[in-house]
Amino acid sequence: MKNPSILARKILGYLLLFLIALFIIIPIYALFIASFKDGTDMVQNGINLKIVLSEMNLDNYAMLFSKAALRYWVWYKNSMILVFVQVALTLIVSALVAYGFAAYDFPFKNFFFFFVLLIMSIPFEIIMLPLYQQINEMKMADTYSAIFLPFLANASTIFFFRQYIIGIPREIIEAGRIDGATEYGIFFRLIIPIMKPSFAAMAILNGMNSWNNVLWPLLVLRTDQKFTLPIGLNTLVTPYGNNYDLLIVGSFFAIIPIVTLYLCFQKYFIEGMTAGSVKG
Amino acid sequence: MKKVFYSKKVAPFVFILPFVLTVIIFWLLPVVKSVVMSFQDVHPGANTWVGFKNFRRLLGDRIFVIAVNNTVKFTIGMLLLLIPIPMMLACVVNSTIMKHTKIFRTIYFIPALTSVVVAGTIFRLILGESDTALMNRILIFFGHDPVKWLKKPGTGYFALLILACWRWIGVNMMYYIAGLQNISRDLYESAAIDGASGWKQFTKISVPLLKPTTTYVLTISINAGLAMFVESYMLYKGNNSPKNIGLTIVGYLYRQGIEKNAMGYASAVGILLMLIVLVINMIQLTLSGFFKKEDA
Repeated sequence: MKNPSILARKILGYLLLFLIALFIIIPIYALFIASFKDGTDMVQNGINLKIVLSEMNLDNYAMLFSKAALRYWVWYKNSMILVFVQVALTLIVSALVAYGFAAYDFPFKNFFFFFVLLIMSIPFEIIMLPLYQQINEMKMADTYSAIFLPFLANASTIFFFRQYIIGIPREIIEAGRIDGATEYGIFFRLIIPIMKPSFAAMAILNGMNSWNNVLWPLLVLRTDQKFTLPIGLNTLVTPYGNNYDLLIVGSFFAIIPIVTLYLCFQKYFIEGMTAGSVKG
Repeated sequence: MKKVFYSKKVAPFVFILPFVLTVIIFWLLPVVKSVVMSFQDVHPGANTWVGFKNFRRLLGDRIFVIAVNNTVKFTIGMLLLLIPIPMMLACVVNSTIMKHTKIFRTIYFIPALTSVVVAGTIFRLILGESDTALMNRILIFFGHDPVKWLKKPGTGYFALLILACWRWIGVNMMYYIAGLQNISRDLYESAAIDGASGWKQFTKISVPLLKPTTTYVLTISINAGLAMFVESYMLYKGNNSPKNIGLTIVGYLYRQGIEKNAMGYASAVGILLMLIVLVINMIQLTLSGFFKKEDA
């Protein structure tokens, strides 16, 4: 294996990997450095990678844990609650729908399933305006239910679950029927336990989307007390830069839970990510 | 009644009921309303029919043309960068001659976990106007004058593109890694025995066999490009950029509908965009043979 071409390929490969890794890491590193510097200064001068110890301190971090940043933690709590509720409900509802599509033949099934595919292929941004109006007319503005109800029966999650359920042997369902279980009993007692791995994948993917969701909550939420983390952080982006101290450390802390989750469940993350690309 | 609920004929409809309700209430109803509004002048309590006026006005709207132009340019740039680079990365990461590639996979995916609010803030500050902002420092290091990145069309476009690349490279790479799992290693081994170079293996084996993945990535990238909005919104601290260099179609829809409260006109923008997306998706899927049954 002392092939010079393989060595050359290796060098080229690592070079490419390192270059792209640098491109990915530098902005995050810049944010990290900036979190030790004065925020007002940043708006003027931008951020860079220079470490000047005399200009750096832990003031921003101290502030984040002081009373001055109380609302930041309210947003943090809101985001946590919203993610939890949204993910739990979305998974249950989407699994129900997916089972309906995967395990039965019924009239107009293809017609209904066509809508799953249609919704998957139309970007949310296009319907956000009429949806926003709809929410206003339903007197649901500034509520959390307005944020997650439209996406409870989540098209791509349904699609993924359907693929998964199709792979489950039909005999299990038939055996359940013979044992006298009801149609719903079969789903809750037999199918849900088998679906566990797919739940993990979708929980993480939906959790990530919910945690970082900006556009829709930005339209729906109005009161500071109800803001989620990204929406709250967004209000700190003012032309004066008086909030950049909080914005920068706050941004840093916002990444932490989701990155931790990712590092722990990487395998499922990747499974969930690639779910949509599996055509069947 | 109870018997009906539990019957095998009714159960599937009970199962899919939440989806049907969601589609009707939060999807079809708003879209139908939007179609209706696009033919109206919308004022609280008094909508008047105006026929195709909104659409005619749209075609002559100079700002809308700018928005379309920006969006199309941005989408093309994204396709040119965010398909070949992630594909190559996936092949390198997946290659048997490379070791310790897991760490790179992890790093590449971190931006996808970062909210666009955070990402936009970082890039706005890196691309700051002053000499001390990172990008300008690099330019000065190479003997170039500092640049007002976010104020000129060319560099503004570059800024938006680089932000999008930063966010999506890892995601698209994951799709390709998943696609590569379906290609047998034996193919590469026998090609290597026959003396095929790494590049030849990439172009003759990986690229053609990854076609289904490419179709998928192409579809979602086109959709993401055409619907692009939040990146620009965060980069420019709002929906206004100098001379509208960062304005996208969805940005224009947002401006008309939310900021100017011209719902009828905004609906026309939305309907037009929806038609464009549907048509492009159909063309793209037909060309790539998605509708052919034998193409398994």
